[in-house]
Amino acid sequence: MNLSMKWLNDYVKADMPIKDYCHALTMAGQKVECYEIEGAEISNVVVGKILSVVPHENSDHLVVCQVEVGKENPIQIVTGASNVNAGDIVPVAMDGSTLPGGIKIKRGKLRGVESNGMLCSLGELGLDKRDFPYAIEDGIFIMQEDCKVGQDIRSAIGLNDTSVEFEITSNRPDCLSVIGLARETAAAFNRPLTVNAPEFNGVEGDINELLKVDIHNAEKCPRYCAGIVKNVKIEPSPRWMRERLRASGVRPINNFVDITNYVMLEYGQPMHAFDLRYVEGSHINVRNAVNGEKIMTLDGVERELTEDMLVIADEKKPVAVAGVMGGEYSGIMEDTTTVVFESAYFEPSQVRRTSKKLKLKSDASSRYEKGVDPFISMVCLKRAFQLVEELGAGEVLNTVIDCDYLNYDEKCIVEFDHAWINDFLGTDIPKTDMVDYLTRLGFTFEGDTIVAPSFRIDIEGRADIAEEVARIYGYNNIPSTDFRGVAKAEFTEEQKFVRTLRNTAVSLGGYEIATYSFVSPKYFDKIKLPENSRLRKTVKIVNPLGEDTSVMRTSTIPSMLDVLSFNYNNRNEKACLFEISKEYIPVEEKRSYQGGDAFLVNSGKPRHEYEYQLPDELQRLTIGMYGGNADFYTLKGIIEQIFAELNIKDVEYIRACDCEIFDEKYALHPGRSAVILKNGKYLGIMGEIHPEVQDNYELGAKTYVAKLNIPELMETANEKITYRPLPKFPATTRDLSLIVDDEVPVAELEKAIRGAVGKILEKVTLFDVYKGKQIEDGKKSVSYSIFMRSHEGTLTDEQADSAMKKALKALANIGAKLRG
Amino acid sequence: MKEQLEKIELLAKQELDSCTEIKALDELRIKFLGKKGELTAILKQMGKLSAEERPVIGQLANKVRADIEEALGSKLASLKADAQAARLKEETIDITLPGKTASLGKLHPLTKVENEIREIFMGMGFDIADGPEIDDDYHVFEALNLPPDHPARDTQDTFYIEGTDETILLRTQTSSVQVHVMETQKPPIRIISPGRVFRSDAVDATHSPLFHQIEGLVIDKGITMSDLKGTLEMLMKKLYGNDCKLRFRPHHFPFTEPSCEVDISCFNCGGCGCSMCKDEGYIELLGAGMVHPKVLENCGIDSTIYSGFAFGMGLERMVMGRYNINDLRLLYENDVRFLEQF
Repeated sequence: MNLSMKWLNDYVKADMPIKDYCHALTMAGQKVECYEIEGAEISNVVVGKILSVVPHENSDHLVVCQVEVGKENPIQIVTGASNVNAGDIVPVAMDGSTLPGGIKIKRGKLRGVESNGMLCSLGELGLDKRDFPYAIEDGIFIMQEDCKVGQDIRSAIGLNDTSVEFEITSNRPDCLSVIGLARETAAAFNRPLTVNAPEFNGVEGDINELLKVDIHNAEKCPRYCAGIVKNVKIEPSPRWMRERLRASGVRPINNFVDITNYVMLEYGQPMHAFDLRYVEGSHINVRNAVNGEKIMTLDGVERELTEDMLVIADEKKPVAVAGVMGGEYSGIMEDTTTVVFESAYFEPSQVRRTSKKLKLKSDASSRYEKGVDPFISMVCLKRAFQLVEELGAGEVLNTVIDCDYLNYDEKCIVEFDHAWINDFLGTDIPKTDMVDYLTRLGFTFEGDTIVAPSFRIDIEGRADIAEEVARIYGYNNIPSTDFRGVAKAEFTEEQKFVRTLRNTAVSLGGYEIATYSFVSPKYFDKIKLPENSRLRKTVKIVNPLGEDTSVMRTSTIPSMLDVLSFNYNNRNEKACLFEISKEYIPVEEKRSYQGGDAFLVNSGKPRHEYEYQLPDELQRLTIGMYGGNADFYTLKGIIEQIFAELNIKDVEYIRACDCEIFDEKYALHPGRSAVILKNGKYLGIMGEIHPEVQDNYELGAKTYVAKLNIPELMETANEKITYRPLPKFPATTRDLSLIVDDEVPVAELEKAIRGAVGKILEKVTLFDVYKGKQIEDGKKSVSYSIFMRSHEGTLTDEQADSAMKKALKALANIGAKLRG
Repeated sequence: MKEQLEKIELLAKQELDSCTEIKALDELRIKFLGKKGELTAILKQMGKLSAEERPVIGQLANKVRADIEEALGSKLASLKADAQAARLKEETIDITLPGKTASLGKLHPLTKVENEIREIFMGMGFDIADGPEIDDDYHVFEALNLPPDHPARDTQDTFYIEGTDETILLRTQTSSVQVHVMETQKPPIRIISPGRVFRSDAVDATHSPLFHQIEGLVIDKGITMSDLKGTLEMLMKKLYGNDCKLRFRPHHFPFTEPSCEVDISCFNCGGCGCSMCKDEGYIELLGAGMVHPKVLENCGIDSTIYSGFAFGMGLERMVMGRYNINDLRLLYENDVRFLEQF
């Protein structure tokens, strides 16, 4: 809402410095976004009178003017304009003047003839034809204003208003008006507010002979006022009205359109003026539309209506969508002679639904849907007619139609509990002060109750009254209290777990990333998911910003690959990244609240039931790396260290391609990928990116990713740490170098050793895997150090040797023998 | 013999003086004091001496031995000290060469600031509540006093989920978590709910369709607007230092009444006005208010017994302010050259 300060001063004296004004209103609840002083860029431009015009001696298209500017002597100005004549009153930019757009005017010579300034056009003053309809646009502005030679141009043409832009919150549609803001101003500065009830004289005549109005849906339209203006004269409105409209951000059009806009800006009530000729049968019906009924709206678009929409119709066709927009042919034309003014109240959600459904917004609809004052329709009709008479725009009939179904007993009454308000705010405001604040804002008192004014549609209860008191008292005058009570907060198990994971990942060299939860469905193909993959079943967004953010991800790995690719293509030579984030998995069956959860704990009433099942949101730890020393085993090393931190022992790594749990396996190298499990629980998947996927993501380096399922990790990590006494007896070590078929995974060798050595085994460390020279093709050499220790006494050589024999026997069973 | 002994002592001292290596010192010890050494050789001739001379020469011989040993010892100590000094000198390094980096990763700046805020609130007794990012209209809007057709819904452009008749959506505010908490917990309630929220805003330097909010909720008997002010002032002083000032402005949120927006004195100019704060001296920081009685009632809490306050802030804005980041997109691009700075 742009407010003209000149207009505001009609209702309340607001002569303080503009900065103080803006600050005070902001702190009282109407936030000022910015203000603009009109003509601020214009300086040293004055009203001039052309005394003579003679041709320029060196030019065909230039003329030399002597101009009287209120100084002792006239000044000489050279201009290229062809529309100036002696006697014309024009704007003169003097030597050293400034114009909008940072233009500076200096004296100079044009083709050898001295010129001491510039004659200005409308455009050069930052105006156009709508501001001064009598002027031409491509020539000097020949002024027809009541002004004096030498007068500052800004005051001469009324370019000296200040426009203040307010951010009006959706609960205060009453402040989308000059009077509404005047009331706030009066309250904030404690100054009187003067609003007179508008009156008009009218000419004798019975409106019922010209027009009939019927409301068929009084629930959605409880008030409809109409009046008629005959013998209208369509012309530009006077300057003062144009100026105020301009300062309010509205372009002047003609006197009738301008009057409707003026009243709307002044009172907040949308008005509609239309040509009686196009009302067939001279009969207005406010009714629901018929399904399939069509109307061409003012914006030139044909719209199909449905029966839940409200229209203003004549006997045959709709002429306006109620509260939203008029029909194209019902507007005011050059040859209009009789105008109907409408001032009505439409129920807010009705307008909102219609506007949303038609995807059609207007100034009127945005006001109606927030809620205008239902009791103001007739006042505004009268104000419009007062202006018609003031402007001499036509003859107003002295009778009007008022279809009124409003319930005048329905008032918003709130208990006035001044002690409660102080308790609630933490203040000590005297009751008399509260009464004063509320009275300034238009509230009235009936005994111990407060009656909210009809325009305050936002007032419902005592908390609303507390807010009114607080904002006039000043939020910043409310004392601050130190927070009291006992602190007993703690992290949940899950929060602690995630914190540990995050810190561990960082200590292992991971950089944490943050990615969007929604992704492009193209990722399915990019990571080679088969057509029937369950990961293709996503939670989809109906109205995404674009395809790239249109589905909720079912795997975090593509997001990681995107970031790795971004880094690779930014020539970052290596990256080791991790993210803790969610996957969103659709759930088929509907789940209800269980047991006690089905009821609100504080009232015992049943909880709101979900109509549709929410998807599962599952936390994942995703790790990705390329460059540097990145390979399968560095990634595995990171994962092993995470498991060590979480005290997860004895996990198994199986080939990802042999496992049906993670469909991300299709994105991975079949020979270099693993699924991690423990006691039958699948903890995650890891491996090298498949070469095709690497290409799809334009990754020029081998890339490794892992995804760990946090809920499963949490269940697995539940092991308690118990101290083991430090050993009393020395350990015995034996090294074994084995030859075995290449395909046998080392995990099997280790398993055999563990099984055979038994209780005295302390640890098995693999220290070498070798293929090549001296080793038969298809075989590999694997070397272990085996540490053995007994807690009963020092192990003898015989005990150790016998353990080794058992180990070798077990190893022989899987085809491993001692390297000779 | 006396002369011989004195000569040996003199000779030994001369040779010791010119000795520069620890190894040569051992040779000298053998030469003079060893079993076949010069002193021993002389002592072997002691038998030839008279009974009067023997104790005199014996005493002298012992003194000479002791003197040489002492000289050897001190020479050894001095040579060792020299050797150590030489080694230390030789081992001197250029301490200005760069350190060898241990490979430590970094937390994302969003996490870093969020952790800081979490810790402050935990210290003030706030639990941390999590809730679903995909939720229904009821928890995100209706229970929070935003019934269908409420105009304030326009300001939160919502992403809806297909096939749910616009009832399931991506939460536009973490206030939905407050509803879940009030449905399942009895007052006193003191929580914050950090998390991802989604709004249909195209990506630019200050907008993102996904961002993070931290909302707080306190419900108890006798909670006042003064408490709200005190809590936020304490939070901001802990986050931004004791000099920062807060300004409370009336505003409107459907779920609080009274509502306010809270501005903080400009980080750049401290409140005098500069280009960063558009000459305001203050920067908008968060929204807050007293929980609307309807919200309490919707969640089954008796608004005549309990009151409370709530507040919400955008994490991205705080992160950008903290580190002087001028483009929000950097937070989601995750360039390692960006990430390594935090």
